[in-house]
Amino acid sequence: MQDFYRQQASPIHKLDARVKLILALAFIFFLNLTPDGAWPALIIFLTVSFSIAIISHLGIIFVLKRSLIALPFFLAAFPLIFSGKSPHLPLQILPNLTIFYSPAGLQRFITIALKAWISVQAAILLTATTRFTDILTALQQMKLPRLWVTVIGLMWRYLFVISDEVTRMLHARSSRSAAAPGKAKGAGTLFWRARVTGNMAGSLFVRSIERSERVYTAMLARGYDGQLPASSTVPLTNRARLVIATGLLGLLLLWLFSLLSTS
Amino acid sequence: MLFSPPSSPPAMHIPDGFLSVWVSASFWIISAIVLTIALRKTSHSLEKRQVPLMGVLAAAIFAGQMLNFSVAGGTSGHLLGAALAVILLGPWPAVVVMTSVVSVQALLFQDGGILALGANIFNMAIIGVFISYTVFSVLARLIKKRPIGLLVSGFTAAWSSIFVAALACGLQLAISGTSPANIAIPAMAAIHALIGIGEGLITTGALTFLLATRADLLKPEGQAKVSHKGILGVGSLIAVLLVFLSPFASSHPDGLEWVAEQNSFLQTAREAFYNIIPDYALPGISNSALATIIAGLVGIVVVFAIAYLTARAEKRSSAIERLRD
Repeated sequence: MQDFYRQQASPIHKLDARVKLILALAFIFFLNLTPDGAWPALIIFLTVSFSIAIISHLGIIFVLKRSLIALPFFLAAFPLIFSGKSPHLPLQILPNLTIFYSPAGLQRFITIALKAWISVQAAILLTATTRFTDILTALQQMKLPRLWVTVIGLMWRYLFVISDEVTRMLHARSSRSAAAPGKAKGAGTLFWRARVTGNMAGSLFVRSIERSERVYTAMLARGYDGQLPASSTVPLTNRARLVIATGLLGLLLLWLFSLLSTS
Repeated sequence: MLFSPPSSPPAMHIPDGFLSVWVSASFWIISAIVLTIALRKTSHSLEKRQVPLMGVLAAAIFAGQMLNFSVAGGTSGHLLGAALAVILLGPWPAVVVMTSVVSVQALLFQDGGILALGANIFNMAIIGVFISYTVFSVLARLIKKRPIGLLVSGFTAAWSSIFVAALACGLQLAISGTSPANIAIPAMAAIHALIGIGEGLITTGALTFLLATRADLLKPEGQAKVSHKGILGVGSLIAVLLVFLSPFASSHPDGLEWVAEQNSFLQTAREAFYNIIPDYALPGISNSALATIIAGLVGIVVVFAIAYLTARAEKRSSAIERLRD
């Protein structure tokens, strides 16, 4: 397992994590408030996202590749093309096959797809330019519940250890269940396969619970008293405040522009 | 070792862009309230040792989603884990753990959106846990016989948590006007009725393993002490509402669309904005075609400005880097 942080010396990487978190959230918020069919505004949102990809030295290709993850979900909005508001126009596909589609629905589908695509880019840019520990510190500094941030922090710390454990278990399973060439892999009944996987999950949980007991002992030995040491709250610098204010103002203006630019 | 998220991403993590902002915002508020209650309840009853337990178990549930088994035709079943978390930890810590899992999936792996995170937490962490707990505790009380009762109630709890969460997801999409209710809800229900069987089988397998090795973890005494009547009530209510309202909603999609339109505060915001700049104030833009052209021109100018500034900043920083070298 690998997290998606990419070390680069860029101005975006150097920004305070709180600034990036707030601006990424605001970006996605205003993007999603943009009405259907506000193409000029959506193009500007996309341009902003691409610009940040370039400034942060990540490159557009990296962001494009990772942003494919939201693709399968587009299926959910696909029926809109046919079920959207009337009027429904005929569209001839084959000489004797005509389907009816709704232009309003098509416009909504494209808008949704664009919004989903640009939003996921913003999230990718946030995680690729910010270490997860910095995001955690930012969440703590923004006064989110201490216990929750602690649980997420511990989870992140052990995620990589445990995913290695899972990988080893999967290796062990596939090396024990070799199949003759030409025979379908994963022999045995479906029920049997599910039970084996279930047993693996059970053993993973037992190992994790036992690991957490060792972790707890180690924490006690280092003076754990029920609270993880809090990172000091450094107030935002004036420059960071200025970046937040400018960014929010820009996004607000962009949204107002999107309201004007719908046809 | 490169992490590949589950080969078929669970069809329940809603990305950003698919929920209208008011739906996202309302579910953020609901989820924040429930999470606050869960955190308060957990830290009251919490022993110190449970903090690392919750963190490590959250990691195990996340990584456990890599455990899959082939079903047919390249599809595979894998674990989501709400029911197992409830059985091992009890409902309130399970809410905290599942919320952490769903949040890290969104923040770190873009599996599910950030604005949609409130709704995703609601579906997978809150509904998943509440429904699992309700079904599990009711059935475990009905079927007293030890191993069979545990396995049957575990299977049913896991299946229903997936199924009801999927109904909620379909409803949220329909209310947002993203997917027609008569398609979204039956489709989500049908797919997840199958995915739920996989979840149920893995959960049962895990429970048999736990029974054989660490039966002490499954002793219900910890949960029997505090009976969570509130969760039972809310869980049953959610189940009844979603299971009985969904067929109704999907057979009357117009009703949901009406809700979507009534609540679209976007529309109200737009009207308010047009009232600020009434037509006569900008005589040039009263013509809608002209307005579009002007908007397009402004858009092009802004795009060029951004592109120009980006390129200039980029040039300067690479010049500085060259100087450093």
